[in-house]
Amino acid sequence: MTQALFQQLENSLVEGEPDVTFDLTQQALSQGIEPLAIINQGLIPGMNIVGDKFSTGEYFLPDLIIAAEGMQRAMELLEPELKSRDQDLSIPGTVVIGTVKGDIHEIGKSLVSTMLAANGFKVHDLGVNVPAEAFIAAVRETNADILGLSALLTTTMVVQGQIIQALSQAGLRDRVKVIVGGAPVTRGWAEEIGADGYAEDAMGAVRLVQSLVSAAKV
Amino acid sequence: MSITDTYRPLLKIIDEELVDQILREAIELLADPGVQIHNQEAFQILADAGARVDFGSQVAFIPENLVNKTLATAPSEFYLYDLSGNPVVHYGGNDVHFDPGSAAVSLLSDLNGAQRDPVTADFVRFVKLVETLPAYDAQSTAFVCRDVPAEIGDLYRLYLALNYMRKPIITGAFRVESWWVMWEMLVAVAGGERELARKPIAVFDVCPTPPLQWSDLTVQNLMDCARKGIPAELVSMPLAGVTSPVTLAAAVVEHAAESLSGIVIHQLIAPGAPIVWGGAPAAFDMRSGTTPMGDVNTWLIDCAYIQVGKRLNLPTHTYMGSSDAKLLDAQSGIESAGGAFLAAFSGANMVSGGGMIDLLRCQSFEKLLIDAEIIAMAKRLIAGIQARETPIARDLMRQFAHKANFLSHQHTHKWFRKELYIPTPLLDRGSLNAWRLAGSKSITDRASEMVERQLSAYQPSPCSQELRDELRSLATHAAQRHEMASLPALPQD
Repeated sequence: MTQALFQQLENSLVEGEPDVTFDLTQQALSQGIEPLAIINQGLIPGMNIVGDKFSTGEYFLPDLIIAAEGMQRAMELLEPELKSRDQDLSIPGTVVIGTVKGDIHEIGKSLVSTMLAANGFKVHDLGVNVPAEAFIAAVRETNADILGLSALLTTTMVVQGQIIQALSQAGLRDRVKVIVGGAPVTRGWAEEIGADGYAEDAMGAVRLVQSLVSAAKV
Repeated sequence: MSITDTYRPLLKIIDEELVDQILREAIELLADPGVQIHNQEAFQILADAGARVDFGSQVAFIPENLVNKTLATAPSEFYLYDLSGNPVVHYGGNDVHFDPGSAAVSLLSDLNGAQRDPVTADFVRFVKLVETLPAYDAQSTAFVCRDVPAEIGDLYRLYLALNYMRKPIITGAFRVESWWVMWEMLVAVAGGERELARKPIAVFDVCPTPPLQWSDLTVQNLMDCARKGIPAELVSMPLAGVTSPVTLAAAVVEHAAESLSGIVIHQLIAPGAPIVWGGAPAAFDMRSGTTPMGDVNTWLIDCAYIQVGKRLNLPTHTYMGSSDAKLLDAQSGIESAGGAFLAAFSGANMVSGGGMIDLLRCQSFEKLLIDAEIIAMAKRLIAGIQARETPIARDLMRQFAHKANFLSHQHTHKWFRKELYIPTPLLDRGSLNAWRLAGSKSITDRASEMVERQLSAYQPSPCSQELRDELRSLATHAAQRHEMASLPALPQD
């Protein structure tokens, strides 16, 4: 019975049906199934299948994103349950991300958020037009491993540098790795403003964050 | 118009009045100067049907009423079947299918342009590769193996293909007696003569000789196809500026006259037997003296004769999408894409040429993969743009107004696969950095690496050992008549 439910949960992610994932999660909780079991035996296997299909070329970005949404909606139900049991998920890292002040471009940044979330990272997406203070506050509150700064304009990419300086002044620069991205951003620019990394696309961003986090743990 | 209606873009390259004029002149040419036919039986059939004939010059003067009578019985459509009996190729309407180019004499052996003689193992690999590529709707007897006597080169290709294929096949015979061996093989695979005629798995190309002639061999093949109900594909190939007048419309007139003469002979023998208005004309290259296929002038002739065939309500075929380049370079890309796209927009039922370079002389595994990409794009192009939903966008756009991120929307997940053709990784669409990380490779490098990977997806054919033995015995008998005691061993599956 429980096995069949896990299988259905897995399928709902693979098929890209977030509403079904949500309903099944609710059903599982009401049957008294442990939240960690729901995650480890239903949701994670589903996400792994989606990830595998993406890497073999059978699945595409919308498949990945809709699966991540299903996962996210399930977690909205599961997180309070985990908290009440004093349980924690082992996550590879925490990321704060947003598009810098003066810039309202969303897609690239959201794609990186989604891809990171799909790869198990805890992502705090602050949205667009985010002031420096909001980034700093979020890094402090979440104890983030990574701060991602997106800028799509040559006029707003300078703000990425200003935020890195503000982080130093707030005494947080050593606690967090800063990555930058966006159409005008280059490796040279990332070095110039003292960022820890740069990637050209969402897949590259995931690889970058994974390598920064594992390097920090060594 | 409901949302399920589909609008198919269709190219009409010439004015309808010009089509009328082309057909009028073609019919006039059949009456004078007539058609020269180097085959006594075909000649007699035309004479018996009322054509005036001159036995001395072997010319038959075909009257218009005979043309009209036979056009009336030629079917407007038929299907080719796969080896499981499913109709997979529809010769008719504006349905478009692709097959690799046929009868190459060499194989591209490296990406620097070296060519070599193909052998049995190459052919088997090629057939398997075609099976794995959905872009190709049919197999073809793509090249001639040099490890068997030239006299059985035609039938040996079909023998090999039948051992490994599931898709139907476009083939042809180089000799009168070969046709019968090939027919026997097809009968064996189909499970009987009537089964084969009812569900054909092969089409035979038959080529008149420009201008306005039929060789003994090809007209015999044409008559044999008619009698046995095996679809015949007329492949008329006027060469503008050499074997036809240089104007493009004139080449189309000559193509129409030759093709009509084929239909007359074919339908007199078997009214209603399946026949295709095909071709491989070319505009002569006035600099190098060759017959270029990836040529804009050639394409114009092709598109025009396809339109003429559609006017006659006949199934159509063309030779487009091959290249004359010697490398898989930019020229090869220009020529193959140009031809394939135009053929698709013209609604040709079968488009031959995939994999080929060097003036239809050379086949290439790598190009077969690259052309599969081109063909997939061509098929997407002619699928056109449909409304999909009503309203098309208004409600969705209003729902999200200025905050839309459709990438994460259900609507995107629901439609993107149907709407968007997403190329294989053969085409590089990633970032500069991702491309560098993957080794800074060209499309030909990637194609070369992909051949083996693609071949591993081949599913063994349903051909039983019993059937294989029967086919081998038929091919071996033919080989023994040409001083080859036993055929080369087949590669292990």
